[in-house]
Parts: sequence; C-alpha cells; structure tokens
Amino acid sequence: MNENLEAVIKEICQKYANDSARMMDIVRDVQSVSGGVSKDAMRMIAAVVGVAQVEVESVVTFYAHLSEQKKGKVVIRLCNDFIDRMFGADRVAETFEKEFGIQFGETSADGLVTLEYTPCIGMCDQPPAALINDKVVTWLSTDMASRIAKAVKEDGGIDKLNLPNGDGNNAHPLVNAMVHNNLREKGNLIFEEFVSGSALKNAVAETPVEVIKNIKASRLRGRGGAGFPTGMKWEFTRGADGDEKYVLCNADEGEPGTFKDRVILTEAPDLMFEGMTVAGYAIGAKTGVVYLRGEYQYLTAFLEDALQKRRDAGLLGKNILGKDGFDFDIRIQMGAGAYICGEETALISSCEGLRGDPKNRPPFPAQKGYLGKPTSVNNVETFCAAAKIMEKGAPWFAQKGSQGSAGLKLFSVSGDCKKPGVYELPFGTTVKELLAKVGAEDAIAVQVGGACGVTVPPSDFEKEICYDHLATGGSVIVIGPGRNLLELAHSFMEFFEEESCGYCTPCRVGNTLLKRRLERVIDGKGMPEDLEYMEQLGNTIKSTSRCGLGQTSANPVLTTLANFRSLYDGLVKKSEDGLQPSFSLEKAVGLSESIIGRKSIHHHE
Amino acid sequence: MTKPKIATTSLAGCFGCHMSILDIDDRILKLVELIEFNKSPVNDIKKFTERCLVGLIEGGCCNEENVHVLQDFRKNCDVLISLGDCAIMGGIPAMRNSVPLKECFEEAYLNGVTVFNPAGKIPSDKELPLLLDRVYPCSEIVKMDYHMPGCPPSADTIWETLVALLNNKPLDLPYELVKYD
Amino acid sequence: MSDKIKFSIDDVEIEGEVGQTIMEAADAAGVYIPRLCASKNLTPHGSCRVCTVKVNGRSQAACTQPIAPGIIVENDTDELKGHRRSIVEMLFVEGNHYCMFCEKSGNCELQAVAYRLGIAAPAHEYLFPNRDVDATHPEIFIDRNRCILCGRCVRASKELDNKNVFQFVGRGIEKKVAVNADANLSDTDMAGVDMAASSCPVGAILRKRVGFAIPVGERLYDAKPIGSEIESNRAENK
Repeated sequence: MNENLEAVIKEICQKYANDSARMMDIVRDVQSVSGGVSKDAMRMIAAVVGVAQVEVESVVTFYAHLSEQKKGKVVIRLCNDFIDRMFGADRVAETFEKEFGIQFGETSADGLVTLEYTPCIGMCDQPPAALINDKVVTWLSTDMASRIAKAVKEDGGIDKLNLPNGDGNNAHPLVNAMVHNNLREKGNLIFEEFVSGSALKNAVAETPVEVIKNIKASRLRGRGGAGFPTGMKWEFTRGADGDEKYVLCNADEGEPGTFKDRVILTEAPDLMFEGMTVAGYAIGAKTGVVYLRGEYQYLTAFLEDALQKRRDAGLLGKNILGKDGFDFDIRIQMGAGAYICGEETALISSCEGLRGDPKNRPPFPAQKGYLGKPTSVNNVETFCAAAKIMEKGAPWFAQKGSQGSAGLKLFSVSGDCKKPGVYELPFGTTVKELLAKVGAEDAIAVQVGGACGVTVPPSDFEKEICYDHLATGGSVIVIGPGRNLLELAHSFMEFFEEESCGYCTPCRVGNTLLKRRLERVIDGKGMPEDLEYMEQLGNTIKSTSRCGLGQTSANPVLTTLANFRSLYDGLVKKSEDGLQPSFSLEKAVGLSESIIGRKSIHHHE
Repeated sequence: MTKPKIATTSLAGCFGCHMSILDIDDRILKLVELIEFNKSPVNDIKKFTERCLVGLIEGGCCNEENVHVLQDFRKNCDVLISLGDCAIMGGIPAMRNSVPLKECFEEAYLNGVTVFNPAGKIPSDKELPLLLDRVYPCSEIVKMDYHMPGCPPSADTIWETLVALLNNKPLDLPYELVKYD
Repeated sequence: MSDKIKFSIDDVEIEGEVGQTIMEAADAAGVYIPRLCASKNLTPHGSCRVCTVKVNGRSQAACTQPIAPGIIVENDTDELKGHRRSIVEMLFVEGNHYCMFCEKSGNCELQAVAYRLGIAAPAHEYLFPNRDVDATHPEIFIDRNRCILCGRCVRASKELDNKNVFQFVGRGIEKKVAVNADANLSDTDMAGVDMAASSCPVGAILRKRVGFAIPVGERLYDAKPIGSEIESNRAENK
C-alpha cells in the first residue's frame, strides 16, 4: 500500500517537475487519488520535492478542500451561506443526514460519502446549491436531495441522474453543468460579441507604455472591490526592476453573493485571456496565471480548451501576432477552498505552493510578487474591461459610469428578488434603481459588497453604487420583509471566523469573540454594555488587522449596529441586579445532574 | 459615622488570597479602624447582616454553591472585587476545563491512584453541591467592578487598593505591585 | 548626501537610517513601541499587531513598516493603547495562561507587555481551548496552552538554526504550531541548544530542568517594565 502510495506520489510530483512551488497542484492531485493527504503522504511529498514535512502539512491543513483524513468517495459540500439558507438549505441538509445516516462533518463508515458545509460557492442566484465532488447541483429541493442520495448509494455517484444542463456554455460538452447564467441585463461591455485578438491587435500596434497610458486614460479601476487604478498598477509593475514579471488573474471569486466572474468564465473566457495577454504585453510579462477557486473546478477543461484555441490562433505562445519577442502564455492554478486567497498577496502565496497567508506590505506585488518578481494581480472582470478598452478606445469607456467610477460594472444580485442574476450596469446606479430592475421594491435592507460590505438601510437606497459611495466587487444581496438582519450579520461572522487565515491576532481571535458576543445578544442574553463592547472590539479588529479580510470582517456587526440599531436595542436588557444574563445555572449543572443521576436541590428556589 | 463594611469569601480558591489579606500584618489594626468585616471567614460571619461597601471574592465558580454565594455577594455589596487570578480567570481549578467532566469525576472518585472507594460510586449526597460543567471566572456570572490580579495579590497590593477605595481616591499602584503570579 | 531620514513619533523628531523600519528607528532613538512577535535578529513577522502605530493617520505595524521622510507616527496615544490592550487581552483568553505556575512567569514578554499596558484582567471572555503538551523531547518541551502564535520559533529555526523544526498548521482560531514530524518533537532534529527554543517570548517552548532558576523579585520584569532597556537609550542620548 505504502509502496503504491509512494509510486503515485512520485508520479504526481514528477508531473509538476518536483517543484515545491507547485505544492497546491501536488496535494490536490494526491487528495483526489487517495481521498486525503495522510502523514505518510506528506512525508513522501516532502522528500520528493525537498521541503520539510511540516511545510506540506501546513498547506494541507490550510485549505478547506484538502484534508489529512481520508474523505468519502463522494464528498457533498452543501453551501450554507445566508442566501442558501433563506431558500431551504437547512431542510436539504436534514434530508442528506437522514438519507446517509451521518451528520454534516462526518464520513460514512463504509467510506462512501462525506457531508460538509461550505461557504458561498458562487451559485447564490440558484440556491440552495451544493458541490458533489466537482459537480455543481443547483436549486436543490428535499426531493432532489433524496434522489441524489439514492444515486450515490446505488451507483456511487450522480452521473446516472442525468441532471439537466444550464443555458449557454453550461451545456458545452466540456462544462456539462447544471448551472444557469441568469444573465439578466447585458450592457455593451463584457457580454457583447468579441472577436478574438481584436484588442490585442490594437495593443501591439502601440508600445507597452502607450497601452498603459490608454488604460490610465480610461480611468479603469480594479473590479474586485478595492478599486485600485488598473493603469497605475500595470505601470508600477512595468517600472519595477526584475528580469521576469507576472500577470495574475484573480478568479478566486469567494465573496458571499458574488458569481459574476463565473458567468464571465463560462461565457467570455476568451475576453479575459485577451485582457491578460494585453497586460502581459503592457508590463513585459511572459507568464500569466489564472488563480481559479476550487469550487469552479468544473470549468477547467473548458478553460484549458479556450487557452489551447488561443495558442492555435497565435494569440498565446511565442511572437504573438507576429510581434517579435512578445511571448506570453497562461496556466491555470487551482485553489482549494480558502476565501482569503482572493486577497492578492494571499493569492500569490497560494500560487507559490504555500498556505494562503497574505504577505507583509511593503514590498507590494508590483515590486515583489509571485516568486519574488514584479507581479500585477487583477480581477477577472478587470481584464475583460481592459481588453474592451483596447478594442474600443479609452474615451469610449471613460465616458460611461460616474465621476469617480468609470465604466460599467457587473453586479451579482441574489436574495429576495424576482430576478436574481447578473446585471451589467453603469457605475452610479442607485440601490433603488437596481432594486426596481431586479424586482425587489419591498426590500428591508440590501447587503452591498458581500460579507465585508455594508448593510444598507432603506433610508440610504438613494445612494449610488460606485467606489466613492457604496463600493462592491459585485455582490448585492437583497433582504426582503420577514428576514432577520442579525442572523445575516451572524452568518457573516461565522464565515469570517472560518475564513480568517489566523496570521494576525485581531482577526484570528477578535472575530471569534465578536461572533460569540453577537450570539449572546441574539439569544436575548445581552446587555447594553455588550453593544458597546462589540463596537469597540469591531473597531480594534478593523484598525489593527493585517489585511483586508480583518479590516472589513467586523463590518456585518458595525454596519448593522450603525444602520439598524433599534434591532439590537430591542434585544438587550440592562441587568438591574448585576447578574450576568448570559449565565444559566440550570445549564451549567445539567451535565453534573446527568452524570450523578440526581437533580440539583436548588432548582425550585 | 458608621464604618464601611467589607465582606470576603473564598469560592473555588485555596484561601491563599485570604492569607495574603492577613499578610498586611500590623496594618490589620489600622484596617479594622477603617472598616468593619461583615460576612467573611475572617470573623466567621456566615450570612450578610448588613449591606456592604466592598466584597472581596477569592476563587472562581466550580459548583452551584459558589454561584449562589457569588450572586448573594452581588446583591449585598456595592463594589465587587476579584481577589486574585482564580476569581479573574478560574485559576488552577480551571485546568479541568480541558478535561471532560465525567473523566474528572471518575479520576477523583473511582480511578485515581489514591482513591479508596469500595462502593465504586460517584458520591451523590444532597449535601454536596453539584459541579458546574466547567470552572467559570466570576465575571461570567455577575458583574465584577474591579480585578486585583496575583496568585495571591500581595498584601501591599490589597492594602493599597482598599485604602484608595475607602478614601475614594484613584488607584495608582506602583509597577511592582501588579503581578499575575 | 545624507542617508538619514527625519520623521516624528508623537511629535518628537527622530532620525533614522535608510532601510530601517519604524520599530528599528524608534528603538535606536529610545522610543519603546510595545511588541510581541518582533525580535531582534529575526525577520519581522507583523502578526501580533501589538506594535500597531498610526503613520500619517493610517494604521501600520511598526515592525514591518519602513520609515520615510516626514512621516508623522503616533505611538503612545489613548486610542492605540486601547487597541493594544484589547489585542494582548485576546492573546490571554485565546490560550490557557496559568501565570501562577508557569516557569516563564516574570520573564514572560506577554505578561510584561500586559503589565506595561496596565491590564488587570482581560475584558474578553476566556475561550479555554483544548491544547496539547509535547514533552517527548529529552531537553525541550512544548506547552501549546501558552502559545501566542507569534512565529518566533518558526523563524528562529529557519533563520538562526538552519533547520525547519516548526511551522504553522491549520487556520483561523484553530491555527497552531506543529513540528516537523508525524507528531512529536522528539522525532525532529531539534537540539537543546537551538535558538528556536530560546526565542519563545512566553512559556510555550522551554528547556527542561531549568525552570524557576531565578528567584521572584530578580526576574527580568519583576522590578522594571518591559521597554525600559530601550527607553534607557533615550536617557543616555540626552
């Protein structure tokens, strides 16, 4: 067995040139072959690629999709984010548990199935959704869950279920996914007809410096949410010292409620690759890497095919479009379940085969990024926009949108609305206008920017969605009447607790403490002091955390405290007698009572 | 003018903090001029007879009796002070918090190497207060106004704190006096 | 040409050298910025966040942030002290810190920083985690109850011992320090003299059989607050 494992591992490592920087690929492959990455496997991998065993363990234990313990042949990962639970994920979970006779977090004794919860898998417009191994199932019902369970038990998988494919390229033979695009409104930017190479042709007709000048003139800012001017990023990377440079595409779309990159990857991957190639030309890079979140594994064959077509057409490879010395190619790097890897320096760590810890800045990626070389990391949508800018000109783009936020933006709308899905709208659209489009005029709140964003109250629905007012990487979650906003905040805090990398103290410990105090308040055991405590703690986390995750993770609590204070005030009660309402003696002696076999004599005092 | 009243108790503690109170040596004579002890092991008064200004709490809460006593102190004292690390964070007794309660019972009454228990039963006499699922710092059970760390807090620390409190002055302890050990 | 950089900390003008971090320049000038993960001779880590200062109004870790001409650094302000207290208190409640019987007590940097910040008791609730102790090695033991995840052992093993004995595993609140073996420190190439052991600021990695060697009253932080040694630079300069 062990000899066999050793042979398998040697072969896998060989496939990646025994390069420790490809650790993600190596451990992912080992996981998929043997169901887990055991200590034995870690030791063998370490020996082959020449790192310490504990370094391999460090990677394996970081990512949610990797594990030391052997997982079931079929792993069902049910998305349990707030939106999926709004639409019945809990009932689906119960059905799975009943059908398989195990709880979530467990593997069946026969090793057939593992049930796991997972945060947002990018299917919030078709909830509840789950990943069954790499296959996505959407709009789950309890009926469908039973059918899936039956198929897994009888056939060891769901292939024979012949689940219907979604629209567009979801039905492509290389995708074959039950996923729907729900592309509700196309602007004339990303989903317009695009002729491969047309942007690149214009780019190579100019010098790289001119290309950057164009991108700057377009006023394009990063579409991931942070909004850094793209042209400047490219300029810094171009200007940095280094023999090699890299273009990294952030396709780790993991912000709860975001799924627009998935639709780009499905319907316009060529445009994205073209944008990356333009960036490669502009900054002088020869290699591009797409960091694709593990949840989108089902798209890899399709994307590889799209890359091959570009190579065949001379749009990737050597001397692209006949331009001497313009060499550029792209590889896909799979993630393995870690929200933090959407943070650009964590993404770089992960691409380097390390834990997805963000890096200290400075140096910035533009100076010292992937493998220590100057690197530009941009969002999927940013590359698409850059390509269109090269195709149609900077002024065409710059005139769209609002003052500080040029262009169109993709919004992923989910939650309590009639038409969830992807909308391409100009920046500057107000929340109210968006709500009218999606059929949600009765919203009691809108979560703009995902878990790390802002819970917007109706009194602010006139605000514009743009970098200066309500910033978002695309996530817009509509909360309708009857929903509990504190449960929403709690679900986000659970998410951040789970997704904190644990590197820095305030994020690692603070988010746990904040979540626990919020639970106390939601349970009706809170005091007014607890609200003050949460505010203070939230501010400490926000102002001392090392990266964007911790700097925004307290937002669910802080923005609901600011915008929906009365919800909290209604739950907390001053303790007149100085006793802590969160302590229950009855609960605290319960365990003793059951071990000793008698009740407390004090219960009826 | 009547003297302010002070009450003290040792919950899940070792009485070390009370020893430290006694360690103020001859200053105890000054102390009894300043205050009067109410419920306290110092004078063996078992029940509150008057409202107190200060309650000094040694030890955390490991059983239901501790909880009742602590809540009683909260009701009868204006200011509650955690006296020592056990009251603040559970202290040594809280080391059991990482051991399942059942194992604690079994080790103490059935399997421990020094245990003589021919009946082989965990005692369940009603006189014995039930253990809590874990040891609780006092502040998880009632509002604690101040914390005096140390194991025990030194006599000087206790003295300075009480004097400042009784004179309604801000407490500014010298560096050497605030220690966690 | 001057390779000096002038900037200010809490309105005091400081002169630093090119390439220095804020912490290095402050240390040299006799201004103490509280810290836990930073240690001389180790690459800055930026993880504990105790050294958070404001640079032109923006929060930065003093241990990783380079100095620049004219920057205005805030250090000893009420706001920052509040954050630092909260962070140090987080470290206390995250682990199981029984100072009363810890061999490191009195020489412990976590404790000393807490003293210096005037912490009587954490405002956070204690998490009482289950953490393990590894006493397998003949000369060194690990008590993870006391670990504050500063990563000094990880760095010291790599950078000073040229080994790879320690690394972080897991993530979030479950993150911990693991050793380069299936489980036990005794199965690694750790030696009793390794700097990785002496680099631990708390009592999480200690040498066996040398505990409590210094009597109470004479330990590192019994009489003088941590940082006094740095501040004495300033007195001398004057």
